[in-house]
Amino acid sequence: MDLLRFTTAGSVDDGKSTLIGRLLYDSKNTFEDQMAAVEASSKKRGDDNVNLALLTDGLRAEREQGITIDVAYRYFATPRRKFIIADTPGHIQYTRNMVTGASTANLAIILIDARLGVIEQTCRHAFIASLLRIQHVVIAINKMDLVDYDEETYDKIVEQFKQFSSRLRNIVDVTFIPISALHGDNVVDKSDKMSWYQGPSLLYHLETVYIGSDHNHVDARFPVQWVIRPHSNEHHDFRGYAGRVASGVFKPGDEVVVQPSGFTTRIKAVYADEKEIEEAFSPMSVAIRLEDEIDISRGDLIAKPNNPPEATQDIEAMICWFSADTPLTVRGKYVLRHTTNEVKAVIRDVKHKVNINNLHKIEDDLTFELNDIGRISLRTSKPVIVDPYQNNRSTGSFILVDEQTNQTVAAGMII
Amino acid sequence: MNYTIDQLAQLESEAIYVLRETAAQFENPGLLFSGGKDSIVMAWLAHKAFWPSKLPFPLVHIDTGHNFEETMQYRDGFVERLGANLIVGSVQASIDAGRVREETGPTASRNALQTVTLLDTIEEHQFDAALGGGRRDEEKARAKERFFSARDEFGQWDPKNQRPELWNIFNGRKHHGEHFRVFPLSNWTEMDIWMYIQREEIELPNLYFAHRREVFERGNSLLANTDFVTLQDGEVVEEKLVRFRTIGDATCTGAVESDADTLDKIILEVATARQTERGTRADDQRSETAMEDRKKEGYF
Repeated sequence: MDLLRFTTAGSVDDGKSTLIGRLLYDSKNTFEDQMAAVEASSKKRGDDNVNLALLTDGLRAEREQGITIDVAYRYFATPRRKFIIADTPGHIQYTRNMVTGASTANLAIILIDARLGVIEQTCRHAFIASLLRIQHVVIAINKMDLVDYDEETYDKIVEQFKQFSSRLRNIVDVTFIPISALHGDNVVDKSDKMSWYQGPSLLYHLETVYIGSDHNHVDARFPVQWVIRPHSNEHHDFRGYAGRVASGVFKPGDEVVVQPSGFTTRIKAVYADEKEIEEAFSPMSVAIRLEDEIDISRGDLIAKPNNPPEATQDIEAMICWFSADTPLTVRGKYVLRHTTNEVKAVIRDVKHKVNINNLHKIEDDLTFELNDIGRISLRTSKPVIVDPYQNNRSTGSFILVDEQTNQTVAAGMII
Repeated sequence: MNYTIDQLAQLESEAIYVLRETAAQFENPGLLFSGGKDSIVMAWLAHKAFWPSKLPFPLVHIDTGHNFEETMQYRDGFVERLGANLIVGSVQASIDAGRVREETGPTASRNALQTVTLLDTIEEHQFDAALGGGRRDEEKARAKERFFSARDEFGQWDPKNQRPELWNIFNGRKHHGEHFRVFPLSNWTEMDIWMYIQREEIELPNLYFAHRREVFERGNSLLANTDFVTLQDGEVVEEKLVRFRTIGDATCTGAVESDADTLDKIILEVATARQTERGTRADDQRSETAMEDRKKEGYF
């Protein structure tokens, strides 16, 4: 059985929580004690029906105020797949939360209210999905029950979205599905109220969408996470480099180059715990032994000599700013975390910000506040081994940490 | 070539990555080991993550003193096989030292007192990271947890001020006196745990398998009749065929009636279960936000 990670995006009243509740309930992934609690809460709040959205509410403040505070993760499984949902709330920290949820997702569901069509938020959600390079997007046109399940309304929204999304280069696979989360139309089961719609239900699509080609198995990248040196009698000379394969394939006998030193050697063996294995690829956690004793430590990267990544101190990147307390400043110094490496970084220049509602560049106001997205350049204190995010989600991404507060203040995607 | 690994292998790889990251980013981590299935799986994964080295951190057991005997036997055997160090933080010692006052009354439990002992143990041994087997599917407050969960000097969790976690880059930077809880099994479900135990042929305490035991009903739970509980009026002890879905303090861990005495039967039972596994935990039933409140105080 394989695993699909997806994120859901929608503005406040698009019915996102109801949709997730509906997916869990109709696919029989809810339990009696959960439903009993939801029924009791619905009654207490005075809701007409059992409010499935309450299935996803977690914290006290959320239930009191009827909002969602932070990214929550939900799990369900069908006989075909296991699913991890990053449920990102649509309020003030919205962009920050969606970027977080999107960073680990294979697929994004973007909800549109059929009565409103494509609105600013839709553009924002699609832009973030593209920026984070989520290759599969589902546009779920919700509340079809409130537009009499009308085909023309649906067609118009599909057209509106296509016009906008032609400007987003990373979204390679878009699927449109008309649904009613409240009544369950086309969520788990096909609706009998929209015979004009020939496509799959949402769940069927999630179960069958092909994600096998999403991982990069071409460029060999292995960030060293930990050096295993047992110093025991039995394994006296054992020296293994532990880590998770970021991309590509590593086999015993392969010639490799270690960055940033540039030394070359060959792989002696690849271990998955106690077993020697034939090959390792993303996202496996393994330990690699090399033929030669080279000085390698955490933060170094093992690659292949035919296409090594770039070792650089100058980085151009798109970033999303996460801090509500302090804005990004030019000449500001931060800690940059990239793969298993940590270096200092100074912001050299802010090129522009992006108005994510219409994709226009902003060049007159260059202060990054919470949720702002834009292009910057920075210089690191030591070389980092990078690829463009476009080619590699692991070696192309980083975070910035404020040295005073230790808070994560930005997510970065290398250009 | 088809370069894919199945979901259990993906979860295993992710957990090993988090365990190695914890060892690398912190100076003095400890792995919280209760003898329950989740912490057993976590310790098993830690063994894999650092093989052929021994674990670079000790196992830490917060002992309420109200344990099932089987759990203790299992614990000692498991620790020995792993060749790990074991540190025990004792709730009884916290009571004796006057750090906490034991609950009184017929439904008294030491479950809540664990938090104080846990924080004391963290302070005594200067742990800067405590690895826990918590899973996000267990409970609604846990669904909002991070892999690396920052705690203030009082061990408290602030759900409104969590660090965002992007890709697989974890930020374990902290000020002096603060510590982290780390949850390598965040993305596992109860079913994943059982399937992994089966695949890896991990031995478990026999409490998890159906056996005959003296039990009585309290609230929605079926509690074991042990020396640590006082029967109330109307509570009748009966011998039943039961097993435990979670293992914790004997005063609040409920059993379920079951004839599942093999892993295959347990997996079938979990697949068709109509109650969440914590549905049998009396500690979660104290109020709608019982878990959230305990976590804010510094619980796992």
